[in-house]
Amino acid sequence: MSKTTSIIEAKDVDVFYGEKQALNGISLDIPENKVTSLIGPSGCGKSTFLRCINRMNDLVDICRVSGDIRISGQDIYAPEVDVVALRANVGMVFQKPNPFPKSIFENVAYGPKIHGLTANKAEMEELVEWSLRKAGLWNEVKDRLNETGTGLSGGQQQRLCIARAIAVKPRVILMDEPCSALDPIATAIIEELIDELRENFSIVIVTHSMQQAARVSQRTAFFHMGNLVESGNTKNIFTSPKDERTQNYITGRIG
Amino acid sequence: MTNMFTTPSRLRKARAAAERRFRWFGLIAIGISLTFLFVMVGSIILKGRGALSTSGIAIVVDLNPDNVDPNDVKGTRFDSLMKKSLRNTFPDVKSRKDKKKLYGLLSVDMGFELRDQILENPAILGGPQKLWFTASDDIDLLLKGAVDMSLAEDNRRISDMEAGWIDTLTAAGDTRRKFNAKFFTNGDSREPELAGILSALMGSILTLLVCFLVSFPTAILAAIYLEEFAPKNRLSAFIEVNINNLAAVPSIVFGLLGLAMLLNVFGLPRSTPLVGGLVLSLMTLPTIIIAARASLRAVPPSIREAALGMGASPVQATFHHVTPLALPGILTGTIVGMAQALGETAPLLMIGMVAFIADVPSSIVEPAAALPVQIFLWADASERAFVEKTSAAIIVLLVFLVLMNLLAIFLRKKFEKRF
Repeated sequence: MSKTTSIIEAKDVDVFYGEKQALNGISLDIPENKVTSLIGPSGCGKSTFLRCINRMNDLVDICRVSGDIRISGQDIYAPEVDVVALRANVGMVFQKPNPFPKSIFENVAYGPKIHGLTANKAEMEELVEWSLRKAGLWNEVKDRLNETGTGLSGGQQQRLCIARAIAVKPRVILMDEPCSALDPIATAIIEELIDELRENFSIVIVTHSMQQAARVSQRTAFFHMGNLVESGNTKNIFTSPKDERTQNYITGRIG
Repeated sequence: MTNMFTTPSRLRKARAAAERRFRWFGLIAIGISLTFLFVMVGSIILKGRGALSTSGIAIVVDLNPDNVDPNDVKGTRFDSLMKKSLRNTFPDVKSRKDKKKLYGLLSVDMGFELRDQILENPAILGGPQKLWFTASDDIDLLLKGAVDMSLAEDNRRISDMEAGWIDTLTAAGDTRRKFNAKFFTNGDSREPELAGILSALMGSILTLLVCFLVSFPTAILAAIYLEEFAPKNRLSAFIEVNINNLAAVPSIVFGLLGLAMLLNVFGLPRSTPLVGGLVLSLMTLPTIIIAARASLRAVPPSIREAALGMGASPVQATFHHVTPLALPGILTGTIVGMAQALGETAPLLMIGMVAFIADVPSSIVEPAAALPVQIFLWADASERAFVEKTSAAIIVLLVFLVLMNLLAIFLRKKFEKRF
């Protein structure tokens, strides 16, 4: 494997929901400007781990996180960390497309607006166009930016959510099964988009589809029952898994 | 061979009968409720229709300078001039008792009416003029055909002599019926022909305004805090139970609270829309809070996650995204609460809004009546002519309610968004 720098370094991360332990001592490095996919059967903790990276777990009252997660060397669970600033640097795309019930323009402009990224209207328009172009949506929506975002098709909505996430120019984008609600054609478009986006962003994607993990990611981590079983180059994981559980999962014997 | 898709006919018949039966029960239930509604609204409109018109009588008044000094119109004794004119119209009335009846043809306000007509048009001064005056309530009912003249004379409010005078006037074309503008421009009065709804209507509007301004922001902030920010613990559960209980407290208890606290402890002015609105807002508060919390809860969590995932603070997520989506539901709850408040009588009785208020209030610290209280007062009055006023006041109240509901539907449609 060629030399890579890690953007996210997680060490001994434990997560508890009340009394129940959801993650057991996860240590995982996520490389910069690459796509890392997290795979594993339902309930294995991959989404939980993803939500630790932008501290969305803070919203769950009974959730407790311990261990050490660093982004660019900085501890994101340190008491002085501003969660708002963290989430501006770590964008998220959800399983179900969830655009705001506002216009397409406002959907993309919302993040830059609350973070004060643009000085005037012209800059904002430029940024919105850049984001929509990056998300491969510009040509489809440029004539109807004032129409509501919820009127788009499912695949377009998900690309709008991606445009919304990249508009604040985060360093990391987390994707939680972004294609599970989409048809194969929309999925293919998004996968292509993910491949382009890794030039500028580091991407972590949770997916249930092993083909998708194989297609879009360079690194893969396999979770099972709250443990990180194995991680490494996607090719290695899929061709010569070291652990029997990984072997069983990718061949469809457990899951 | 039998078709496998046919079922034994006994079962099928029973099922079809059950379906039919249920459909009929539904139709009958709807029919009964619609009948009641139509009977109620129909009878109110039939009874109240009369109040929209009023009767007038024309008599000749001699406005020569001896009777009315053009330079001192305000100093003239118009009442005696009116009485003289009435005597001149029917010169054969001699006895004191009959004269009193004769004066009773016109409203007690006849002197003021004459003065107002002169002030409005001084050109009529100088000689005899035939002028229109408002008929008294009993004569008004007679002219509307609401007096049963087949009863024995002792059993009706109109004697044969009075009926004779009216017949004479009608034959000469000196009686008329016209639209009762006074009903909408006057305050309450002891005289039915002069009584109007405006003071009660203004009182209700001002009271609701106070109620809205106090309860709407308070309730929304309380609901948003409880739903979006409050930690889920014993205290918040306790508060929730109490708010639900508050919604079920009988309204008269709130009236007593208003009497004890607002009037006696804080010394706020009695019978005013300010106090009325505050008391009613205690009632609408839980209604709006419950409705607002329900509609906040109905906003999909994905919207919250989307906003928070973008790095919006909890307050930004709530006010930029969640609350606007919950707004149609919140507004509906608010209008339901306000409609309840509009129809509420009991708490207003406790804080003295039941007093006789003839003046139209122009601020929230002036004594005022309210529509439901006015209906209660008129329904209780002894004069026959107040019956139609009562129905007319109910019509005004219902129209007010319908307008409020239309506003609610309009706002709902305006803010409704798909998600």
